[in-house]
Amino acid sequence: MSRYFLLCVNYFFYGETVTDCFFTLVQREEPLRILSKYHRFISFALYLTGFCMFVLSLVKKHYRLQFYMFGWTHVTLLIVVTQSHFIIHNLFEGMIWFIVPISCVICNDIMAYMFGFFFGRTPLIKLSPKKTWEGFIGGLFSTIVFGIMLSYVMSGWRYFVCPVEFNNDSNRFQVDCEPSELFQLQDYTLPSFLESFTGWTTVRLYPFQIHSIALSSFASIMGPFGGFFASGFKRAFKIKDFANTIPGHGGIMDRFDCQYLMATFVNVYIASFIRGPNPSKVIQQLLMLRIDQQLHIFNSLKAHLTEKGFLPGTGGRHDQTPLPLTHCGSP
Amino acid sequence: MTELRKRGGVGGDPDSSDKEADLDDRLGTDGECDGDSKADTPDVPLSTADTDNTPQYLNKALEGLPPRWKNYWIRGVLSIAMISGFFVIIYMGPIALILIVMTVQIKCFQEIITIGYRVYHSYELPWFRTLSWYFLICVNYFFYGETLADYFGALVQREEPLQFLSRYHRFISFALYLAGFCMFVLSLVKKHYRLQFYMFAWTHVTLLIVVTQSHLVIQNLFEGKIWFIVPISIVICNDIMAYLFGFFFGRTPLIKLSPKKTWEGFIGGYFATVVFGFILAYLLSQCQYFVCPVGFNSETNSFTVECEPSEIFLMQEYTLPAALQNILTWKTVNLYPFQIHSIFLSSFGSLIGPFGGFFASGFKRAFKIKDFANTIPGHGGIMDRFDCQYLMATFTHVYIASFIRGPNPSKVLQQLLMLQPIQQLGVFHTLHSHLRERGMLPPAAAPQAE
Repeated sequence: MSRYFLLCVNYFFYGETVTDCFFTLVQREEPLRILSKYHRFISFALYLTGFCMFVLSLVKKHYRLQFYMFGWTHVTLLIVVTQSHFIIHNLFEGMIWFIVPISCVICNDIMAYMFGFFFGRTPLIKLSPKKTWEGFIGGLFSTIVFGIMLSYVMSGWRYFVCPVEFNNDSNRFQVDCEPSELFQLQDYTLPSFLESFTGWTTVRLYPFQIHSIALSSFASIMGPFGGFFASGFKRAFKIKDFANTIPGHGGIMDRFDCQYLMATFVNVYIASFIRGPNPSKVIQQLLMLRIDQQLHIFNSLKAHLTEKGFLPGTGGRHDQTPLPLTHCGSP
Repeated sequence: MTELRKRGGVGGDPDSSDKEADLDDRLGTDGECDGDSKADTPDVPLSTADTDNTPQYLNKALEGLPPRWKNYWIRGVLSIAMISGFFVIIYMGPIALILIVMTVQIKCFQEIITIGYRVYHSYELPWFRTLSWYFLICVNYFFYGETLADYFGALVQREEPLQFLSRYHRFISFALYLAGFCMFVLSLVKKHYRLQFYMFAWTHVTLLIVVTQSHLVIQNLFEGKIWFIVPISIVICNDIMAYLFGFFFGRTPLIKLSPKKTWEGFIGGYFATVVFGFILAYLLSQCQYFVCPVGFNSETNSFTVECEPSEIFLMQEYTLPAALQNILTWKTVNLYPFQIHSIFLSSFGSLIGPFGGFFASGFKRAFKIKDFANTIPGHGGIMDRFDCQYLMATFTHVYIASFIRGPNPSKVLQQLLMLQPIQQLGVFHTLHSHLRERGMLPPAAAPQAE
């Protein structure tokens, strides 16, 4: 029953992603097109079937238990599956958005542990007696430095920086693009106190490195809360580790407990500060509108572009600009 | 997991088993009847909790009647009152509807949280209620912000603070949620971890069920009031019809969970609801007030419901299949396409709606409560009335998204303007050739002033 729900939710999420990324491919194949058009409906129908099966399976004496299991399954799905879905979304933005956050969290874990080991004195929270304030603060600073250095190294490589795209002709993934402005070196004027400190007037940075400071700070400050949550969870249910998959480290969940919130944060961060809407998706929506609405939008867009000077004042150009490659991200 | 099983049973540490016994005693006084709250047969003795909540004037008016008829009268009167209230609210317009949906949602949430609180009442959980309400506010903020940003696009663009809020909306909502999450982690008290985690999960599942449903109801509402009224009326009608059919013809029980439901009621309710939906769709499709999507007029700052009805609300002729032709001797029939959609909605409401009811019955039985609360005399709490609506709102929304609605033009335009100019040019050319293909633009188009 739980596995069935897991399948349903995964089907829903991956269907949405696939529809976005592989848009052209999906349009070509007839059965895929039906699946994608009625995707929400099909997912909902699958979920309903699971729901009905649950109701029919209620046994007289074990109602409360079954409801607990139902609730438990849903909360687990909420935590685990949505996080993994966000991670994949981030990945499609560019592998750097996948590697840097995860590295920050891992680095924070390790640095906090080492600082705590060498300098640890004041305990941080009753929940986890081994964490200390020294470890926390030391971890914060070292993670920020590590994040800056890592982004510097990675921003130079196209392989990491480009959004993953699906080339319709060759039916392959490719990572070739013009790096966006985030990943191009720019000059920043240092504020005066740093100037006197380091003797430089300007410094060349990738804008992404500034974003990485925000990401590292989040990882250092919020990440531990995910760890506390997991510790509390383990203590509540009196287990030492989630499982024994990795010798010496416990189960998979133990390694990933701090990543809970990181993936969501990165996704929200990208959506809020970095990314604009997806042009191919906009075209998709445009083509679904009624003709008169399309005409209306066409005229508004034309006026807008003419105003901005991208279009000559008289009539439109007749040559076809090639469609942008299908970009895998969501607006 | 084994810990969990033990707790569900009789064992567990002495601490919890005492509490369980205490709990059972306390809840036992709330209501003896384990029966379905929707139908009281004359043989079931009334619990004191029911009649205690009846207002005095009703009691006096019904003094002369024997107890079982009294209960019927109370339920009947309240049903009629609720239905009339429903009509009044519809009349009052979209803002009133939204407010009512929000009120219902808050009340439902409160009822479920109170149950959770009662079940574990003996422990003094710090912050539990505050946190639950805080999460409710966060999730509501997130959902309503998304809806409002779409529909009030023009208004939002004008006001500077609103614009800021809407651009960083996701981020702000997430930050608020995180604050709640941190407060939860910081509030974990050593001995009550498990309980606190239960309450955390309880809150989240409740939010999932209640808040998303109400949000989808409001989105359906914005599509056109008919999409709000017809599904809800269908569910109510199914309830009533199934009850009546079961009352008069009921013989074969439907499911062990709710012994009072019968197959006759189920099937009779199904057909009656389909007919009812059909007729209601016919009546409502004619009024622009119901059919038009709710639009916000930026100049007059009010909601307008005037529009060109979309094709599903325009009469069309359908050729009857041969079988029906022989029976009715009509060749074609004039129908609104919406009536055909209403058949699907009614079918769903009749077939799957009861599962929502069974779910709620199972829930009440699991936690040994008779009704969710005692808000409405004779009917129990708000949740009791809305339990069958759980899935209906989601279904309607998914139905609309899959089969009816195209995207929203102003939203598309908004997104277009956010793109980079190169991308805008690409979209422009694609659209240009597409429109030219369809013949909407003459080959040498002069720019039309807009």
